[in-house]
Amino acid sequence: MNELYLAKSPAIAARTLGDEAIIMSTVDSTLFSLNPTGTVIWDAADGKTPVSRILEEKVCAEFDVSFEQAAADAKEFIDKLAGHGILLVSDQPIPEKEAS
Amino acid sequence: MTLLMQPIQSVKSHEVIIEIGGIAIALQTVDDGLVSVLEKRFGAYLAPGVTPDFVFCVDVVTPDIFDPDADVEVWMQGDEWHLQRGDFRAEWNPETRRGRVRQTVNPYSIDSVLRIVHSLLLARSGGFLLHASSAVRNGKAFLFSGLSEAGKTTMARLAPTDAALLTDEASYIRKIGASYLAYGTPFAGEFGEPGKNISAPISALYFLEKAKENAILPIEPTQAVRRLMRNILFFAQDTTLVRMVFDSACAFVATVPVFQLSFFPDQKVWELIG
Repeated sequence: MNELYLAKSPAIAARTLGDEAIIMSTVDSTLFSLNPTGTVIWDAADGKTPVSRILEEKVCAEFDVSFEQAAADAKEFIDKLAGHGILLVSDQPIPEKEAS
Repeated sequence: MTLLMQPIQSVKSHEVIIEIGGIAIALQTVDDGLVSVLEKRFGAYLAPGVTPDFVFCVDVVTPDIFDPDADVEVWMQGDEWHLQRGDFRAEWNPETRRGRVRQTVNPYSIDSVLRIVHSLLLARSGGFLLHASSAVRNGKAFLFSGLSEAGKTTMARLAPTDAALLTDEASYIRKIGASYLAYGTPFAGEFGEPGKNISAPISALYFLEKAKENAILPIEPTQAVRRLMRNILFFAQDTTLVRMVFDSACAFVATVPVFQLSFFPDQKVWELIG
């Protein structure tokens, strides 16, 4: 599988409250709330860190989950947020000017 | 032929100053009928002699210039906010602090203009107008929010005599330093009565749900933000301000306890409040 990079869309506003993030699309004011695992991925989505490293160093380290399971869950999570346009996904590092 | 110079009769402009949430807005008009309507509608919120923060000229016009079915629209063009609905049109420049309203003689149009202007002002300072009833008891303010039929007016009606009602419809929330204060408003719902013109620190926000028994239940912070955003009264199509309102909602939830209040509509519910 090719390496993927994640970055937050500039068209969002987001806050982490406790261990959960809430994100608002500024395009249509839709709100999304993330569970603690999703929040860890969201917080680490800096455009520079590959997804595999986020899963290994953050998700697997903080939650009791295998890399394979984390990768499967992350794919679904990433596809969903990317589908709503609030997460940018690329097989190259994402420059800061394109992200939030 | 003798030309008689008749003095031009000057038309006297009246000024009605309305202070809500500590912000004074002067309404200037030459229409005596509108002055009477404003004085009756905003009684406890009239602030004669106070230096206004903003001044609006209100022109009384005939209703045929409006599209009665038009929904509310609020947008920024250049330096001016434009506000319009089926019964009014208004422009407001926050920099010059002046604006203009065109409406017929009625209390509802200016009421809506004031709600919109205050919502825009609050958005820049960490506050907001919330679809909620509110009351002060023992020096603390309590907010009761929810969509229509959730029980906002019911909670206001059931309030004990030692509770001062701030509003049964639109609660006025300001951030002062690190605290949040609720202010009384003249914006009334079914109750039909303006709130008391007082303020108090907010002790809790309750989202209402009618039930067979009374219970106060915790709400997760992200869920609280979702419900809060659903009930904040904000009318402008403006990305920057919408972001600010979102940030304000998150900051409010991080500071003020938020609960679900399941309640059976009788006075016993107030035993849980205050």
